This record gives sequence, C-alpha cells and structure tokens, in this order.
Amino acid sequence: MSESIRTIEIQVLRYRPEQEDKPVWQSYTVPFTDDMSVLQGLQHIKDDIDGTLSFRWSCRMAICGSCGMMVNGKPKLSCQTFLRELLPGPVRIEALAHFPIERDLIVSVDEFVKKLEGIKPYIIPKEPRTLAEGEYLQTPEQLALFEQYSSCINCMLCYAACPQYGLDPGFTGPGVLALLHRYNADSRDGGRAERMQILNAEEGVWSCTAVGYCSEVCPKHVDPAHAVNQNKLNSAKDYFLRFLSPKGAQS
Amino acid sequence: MNRKAVVRGPYVRPMQGWWRRDPFFVRYMAREATALAVLAYAIVLMVGVLRLAQGESAWNRWLDALQTPWSMALHLVLLVAFAVHAKSWFDIMPKTMPMMFAGGRRVAASTITRTGYAATIAASIALFALAWWWQS
Repeated sequence: MSESIRTIEIQVLRYRPEQEDKPVWQSYTVPFTDDMSVLQGLQHIKDDIDGTLSFRWSCRMAICGSCGMMVNGKPKLSCQTFLRELLPGPVRIEALAHFPIERDLIVSVDEFVKKLEGIKPYIIPKEPRTLAEGEYLQTPEQLALFEQYSSCINCMLCYAACPQYGLDPGFTGPGVLALLHRYNADSRDGGRAERMQILNAEEGVWSCTAVGYCSEVCPKHVDPAHAVNQNKLNSAKDYFLRFLSPKGAQS
Repeated sequence: MNRKAVVRGPYVRPMQGWWRRDPFFVRYMAREATALAVLAYAIVLMVGVLRLAQGESAWNRWLDALQTPWSMALHLVLLVAFAVHAKSWFDIMPKTMPMMFAGGRRVAASTITRTGYAATIAASIALFALAWWWQS
C-alpha cells in the first residue's frame, strides 16, 4: 500500500570556517518515515541534498557516543532521537553546546580527551598480582558502587548540559569526573590518591554547582551529577582527615 | 581537482543569557535566587536578636513591626520562596549522598527525596504544635 511521502523541515546550524565568520542556519526539507532517526535525516541531507554538511556518527545504536548534538536546544544522541517525535517541525539542529564548533555539527574534543587521559581511566592495581593468585572477587554491593558509572560512552551530552562547563571550559566536567569516580569506587583499584588531586582541585568537583541537568540528559543513566556531588563529601574528608592522620602516614 | 586549503577556526558560542535557554536552567536559577530569601529572613531574625539585646521596649516595637501589613506580605513572599528553595534541595539531595543500600538493594533516589519532604512536614507540624501549645 503506498503512502504519500511526508516531509519535515530540518534546520541546521552551519559553520564553514573558510566561508563564514559566524555560524548560519540553513534549512532542508527531508522526506521521512516513522522509523527514521534525526541522524538518518542528516544522512539523507548529506547523501541526496547537500554533500557539504559535516557531522560525526558511527554505530547508529547509542553505543559509540559520536553523534551527540543539540536537537531543538536539548543535548541528544541523534541516532536515538526520532523525527516522528519532533512533528510538525521544524527541527533545529546545532553542534553540542559549550564546545567550540570545528565545522557544522562537529565540535573540538581535544580538551575533553586530554582531561579523560588525565584521570587514568583504567584500574591501577593496589598491589602487583600474579595470574596464579586468581581473579579479583567483588560482592554485588562492591559492583553496584561503580557499575553505573562504567556505562559512560564519552558522548559529552553532559558537557553540553553543564552551564558551569560552558562558563569555564577549565572545569573537568561531569563525564570525566563520573569516570574518575568509576575507578576510585572500584574495590580493585589503588589509584585513588593520584586521582584525588584532580578531584580536589578548583576545576574538579568544586566547580560544580549541582545544576543536575547532566544526569537528565545522559543517555546511559550514568548519573554524573551523583558521581560529582558525592565526591564533594569525599574531597572535604580528604582535606580534613589529613589533620587527624599521624605524621608521615599514607592517605 | 581544485582542493581548498584546510582552514580551521573553531567558533566559540557566547554564553550570554544561558539560563533562559532551557526550563531546567530556569528552575536551577530559581533555586539559587530563592537563597536570597533565606538570607533576607536570616537578617530579619538577626534584627530581632539585636532588638532583644536593646531591651523590652525595643523588642516589643520589633514584634509590632512584624505585625504590619508590609511585614505580613514580606513573610508570605519569603514563605513561598523558602518552600521552592527547600523543595529544590530535597530534589537534588539524592545526588549529594553516597549510595545507600537497605537489605542488599540500593535505596531509590525518590525514597531519599520523599523522606526529606516527610521530615520537613513533620518538623513543621511539630513546630506549629509547640507554638500553639505555648500560646494557649
């Protein structure tokens, strides 16, 4: 059975540094079906209307974290947002907020990656362990303490939701701090003392003012606001307890 | 083929008026702004303490001042602002606490928030009852 083709207007904030000083809105009319995501709408534009449009994507199934963008002003994974939910349109698409726009919907991620590397996002064993000693054991509760934070896919939607990051790009930010907590909260890890320096810094948890929008927009329910804010307590403990610990003691 | 040289010039968007961009930010600013109401009432109470130190007549005049229509209106505004402020903090309270487990299960965020509401309501009723009993 044939159906008349439905269309939706997609407005994209374009920025081509060789062509314009400031981003400009450009409108496209895109045919769509009920099962089409915003990403598929953009792919239609690139393939059939305007090949100059630039955007990042990879997996199309909310696992790679590449296709984050502002859809009608909200940070979204474009592969996970459907055009049918945005009727009648127009749909306004812009690069992720708070990041410098490199081109069209592509933002600079250099600072984010640098911060991510800085927290040593891997388990630093407490003591060297041989294979013969067998696996590490954890209780379900020990697992629950870090499991949700390990779901982060580095999509940076939380940064686009964080006005404190927008106002001060030096802020370590929700995603990286959530991953920092993921390793600090792991009973197998021994890197806490190193990471606490990042966490305790002014650009660490104390730059957060508990807006909480990061947790709202997270597509993986990592709840970065929880990771950051419970660490304000840890940071305060870290600061005050050093006055109580004996001289020369390891914290 | 005519290839253009690679031009880079990352564009940083301005943050002016950021809090009007999303209703979530407006609610956040309401939480922050209502903190001024908390400050204002702390000043009202502080003045009361100073007037008490100045003697009985000064104290009575402060009590009279609290009864004026302007003061009543101010109290009403401050009460509403306090309610908004308190609610917004209880809403974010689960984010500020370490994970809690009861009977091997994680305590839900909504349980923590509701416990906060319940404690506030219970404390307010207890305070009203105490004041009532004191008056009679």
